[in-house]
This record gives sequence, structure tokens and C-alpha cells, in this order.
Amino acid sequence: MSAALLPHPLFAGFAGAFEFIFSKQESSVTGGKKVGGFDQVLELAWTQIEVSVLALAVALLIAIPLGLYFGHKGAGELLAVGLGNAGRAIPELALIAFVAAIIGVGIVPLTGALAVLGIPPILTNTFVGIRQVDRATVDAARGVGMSEFEIMRKVELPIAVPSIMTGIRGASVNIVATATIAPLVGVVTLGDFILGENVYGVDGVVAGAICTAILALIFEFALAGLQRRLTSRGLRLQEAQ
Amino acid sequence: MRFNHRKPLMALVMLIAALTLAVGNSACGGSSSSFSSESTEAEPAETTGTEEGEETGEEEPAEGEEEGGEGEAIASNPANAKVSLTIGSKNFPEQEILGEIYTQALAAAGYKAKSDLSLGSETVALKTLKSGQISGYPEYASTALTSFFGLEPEEVPADATEAWEKANAEFEKEGLEAFEPTPFASANAVGLLKTTAEKYNLKTISDLEGVSEKLSLYGSPECRQRIDCLAGLEKLYGLKFKEFKPVDISLRYKVLEQGQADLSILFTTDPQLSAEKEKFVILEDDKEVFPAGNIIFVTSKKVAEGAGPDYEKTILNVQGGLTLPVMQELDARVELEKQTPKEAAASYLEEAGYVE
Repeated sequence: MSAALLPHPLFAGFAGAFEFIFSKQESSVTGGKKVGGFDQVLELAWTQIEVSVLALAVALLIAIPLGLYFGHKGAGELLAVGLGNAGRAIPELALIAFVAAIIGVGIVPLTGALAVLGIPPILTNTFVGIRQVDRATVDAARGVGMSEFEIMRKVELPIAVPSIMTGIRGASVNIVATATIAPLVGVVTLGDFILGENVYGVDGVVAGAICTAILALIFEFALAGLQRRLTSRGLRLQEAQ
Repeated sequence: MRFNHRKPLMALVMLIAALTLAVGNSACGGSSSSFSSESTEAEPAETTGTEEGEETGEEEPAEGEEEGGEGEAIASNPANAKVSLTIGSKNFPEQEILGEIYTQALAAAGYKAKSDLSLGSETVALKTLKSGQISGYPEYASTALTSFFGLEPEEVPADATEAWEKANAEFEKEGLEAFEPTPFASANAVGLLKTTAEKYNLKTISDLEGVSEKLSLYGSPECRQRIDCLAGLEKLYGLKFKEFKPVDISLRYKVLEQGQADLSILFTTDPQLSAEKEKFVILEDDKEVFPAGNIIFVTSKKVAEGAGPDYEKTILNVQGGLTLPVMQELDARVELEKQTPKEAAASYLEEAGYVE
């Protein structure tokens, strides 16, 4: 391969990938049936969104209450942060392989495995966010007669929103990107393009990666928007100064 | 107003970060597309693994040689020491074993040989070969003909030599060549539990007519759209299944055992088919959707010329003993007894008398 030719496959790859996204392409192994195209991209992207939202919801339901509780108690720092950090070291592929071998394949084990991936960043950020709330503020809340639950819900939680949302955004990117391996456990997501090079060709692989990146961005934007709405006005002013 | 300008900037930074992350992550997912190699190479205590394999397998490889002739001991030729070879394979056990067998045989012949057993698909393998990153790799003649050269499954010659000649003629147009085929052939097959087969009285794939709507079929992600897999079953047999679910190929027996799948795409060389005859059966492919393929070693003409006559001679010699029972036995050692492909290949070379 001559050095002068090196940039070409890259650009050719991207052009081909966009063609793959918008119009159906020939494939050598399908017996004449064309593959790719916008319909298929949308169909697979939709499955990936469903799986990702489901997994994110499960992760939220587990990680936020835990983070809130431990953060408020100021206890279990080792557990919350340690667990969170250890969780980040779990290799996704191995986790999904493990779950598939034990529970089986399908949407339930997949959601479980993806949720496990989303829990660490949310848990750690929630915990840290709550811990960073000014103790004086909490004492003041206690002073005006708020119950412990009210302090958590009305004081600590709103103040910790930016930190919690950072965790959720990190988790969502993780989950959306990892949902590409779903076709190995029975769910056809955009990962089918990435895993099925013999069927879709290199263009399909690159197209799958591009679409996944776009999907991750959509999640990111949606959550950033949500964060703005959830952050109390007082906090926003403080941040801007 | 000043503050408002900072937000979009932040957003842009976040955007770029997210994009990098997403692309990076999915690229990782792509390159390690199959976890079969991870899950099968659990690397148990190496020495005990080998001993066990030798006990249970005993002399099967030595026995199964009638077709391939006696394994001729490989002689090391010092002239080969200056030639470096990288032997590739796709990333599932049978391919990895073959890759190792060829690598170790070439090393025994005096070549500086190493293996690269991680190629994700035939498309990647062919591209890697053409770019010169690998010297050669084993491919199923049927896969070469359908995947690379656009033949329909039913056009693949049943005769191994004919299929090889046809593939070789095509490879030669691209500056490549394929050596003669192995004694064994491998094909996809529709497999199921014996109990299911008895329940619906199934012997051939055609028998599935009228029953398939009640049955789920599991296969590799690619199977869904391949004409020599699900697409062919639908088009050529006219079958409709209750559902098709893609799974990693390392799970192909597990899904049957766990009762998730009624039918699963298996390989005819799978050790489970001979070791557990009372449990798993395959349906006869009466309309030939799944062409059988013998292994042909594909290499580039340039490498073959540079490596001298010992290259082809060693490969043809070492694959001579690879009959169906031998290949099943080697697959069993890796898939069931958890030997590494390297160990299984080494024991094959020894037991069949290719090396001391």
C-alpha cells in the first residue's frame, strides 16, 4: 500500500457509509436482497433507543436512591465510590457474555447487563453531588424544621442536580454505545451493521458506527436540555457568576 | 449576554467529547465483534488440560488418517529461516485450531512463523491477506465461492476438488492462490434437540413445512440475511419461523439446552454432534441451502514464491490428517475440554506424527 493512497480508503469509507445510510446497497451473500437504506437504519436505531432507554431507566431506579441515601447519611463512601469505580472496570463484552450464558438471551438479560454498566457513574456522581452540598445549608434546613426526607428531597437533591446529571449523561453515552453488541444476545440494534461485515460490507460497519455516534449525541442533547430545566434558577445564576 | 456565550462553547466541547467517546466505544465493539474466542479460551491449568485431552481423545487423530495417508514427519530446512510468515484465521475455535496447525507446522519446517487468529470475518480476512499483513489463512471453499465470488449456494460444486479448482481460478485473477482442500468438509446445519425432532417427526429441513411457524430459530447475527442461512431457508424452502434471534455463535448449543431456541444453526464439524448423539441432531439439508466446504489454504502468489517449495508441501502434508472425526475431536478439545487452540494444534501435530 503506497503512502500516497493512504488517506483515500478513509474518505471513500465515509462517503460509502453515508450512501449506505440513505440508499439500499448490494450485498454478495444475501442472494440478491439489498441491505441498508434509511428504513433499516431507522428500524435498528429505534430498537437501540428502546433498549438504551430501558437500561438507563433501570440504572436510574437503582443508582439514584442508593446515592441519595448514602450521600445523605454521609456513610458508605467506600462502598458507593468504590463500587462505582470498580463497576467502571467491568468489561462490557465479558459481562454480556456472562449474562447470556447464565440467564439466556433476549431483551431482559441485555437490559440488565446494560444497566449494570450505567449504575457506576450515576451512583458515584449522585453520592458525590449530595456530599458536596454545603453542610451549613443542610443545618439551616434542619433548623427551619424540615424532616430528614424533606432535606433530601427539597435541599440536597436540587443542589446536586448538575452533578447527578453529569453522571446520567456519562451513563447514557456508555449504554447507547454498548447497545451495539446486542445482536450477540438476540436483539437487533445498529450493532448488526457493525457485527455483520460480511453482509453489510465496510460501508455498513462505518455507517453503524456513525449512526451510533449520532444516537449518543441525541441522548446527550436531550439530557443536557433536561438538566437545564431541572437545575433551579438560583443555582444557574450562581454557576454563571 | 457574556454568560450566554459560554454555554454554547461548553456544549460544543461536550459534543466533541461525546462523539469521540461514542465512536471510540462502538469501534471497540466492532473490532472485538465476537466474544467466542474470549469465552472459549478460558485458559485452564495448561498441563492438566493437555493430559486430559490426550486421555479422552486417545489416538483418534492417528486412527482417522486412512484418507489423508500417513503423517510424514516435517523436516526442518535451515534455508527457510529467513522467511517470515504470518498465518491468519477467523476468530472462532475451528478456524483458530487450523491457524495454529498451519503455523506450528511451518515453524517445524524451519520458517519464522507466527499466527494472527483474530480476524473477524471472511471480508476482513481477505482484505488483510491482500494488504500483506498475513501471508495466508484457511477458508472454506464454499464460503469463498459464495461470499467472495458471488455464487448461489446451490451452484457450489459438491465435489471438493471441483470447488477448489473453481475458487482457485477466481483467486488467481486477484494475485492469490488456494492450495488443495482438506479431507474434511464443514457446513452449517439446522440443529435441534432429539426430543423436538421426535415430537414433530423431523428428519429433513423440508419436514419443517407447516411446523416452522411454531418454532424459533437462533443463529449468528449474519445468518439473518445470508442466503446460505436464514434467507435461504425462507426463500428456497419457503419456511417461515416463529422468530429468528441472533446470538453469538459460541451460544449455539446453550440456547437449545436452555430451551430458548427450538432450532439453532450448528456446524457439521461440531464435536457435540458426535459426543452427544442422543441429545442433538441435525436435519438433512435436502435442498442444499448449506453448501459443504472443505478448507483451502489461501495465500498470495508473491508469498508462495518467496517462501519456496516447502511452504505448499508443509501445508498439504499437515492437513492430510484432518478428516471429519479428527477435526471434530480437535474442536471438542477446545470447545468442550477448554484447551487452547494452540495446545490442541500441538497435540495434533505430535499424535499424527508430524513432529517429535
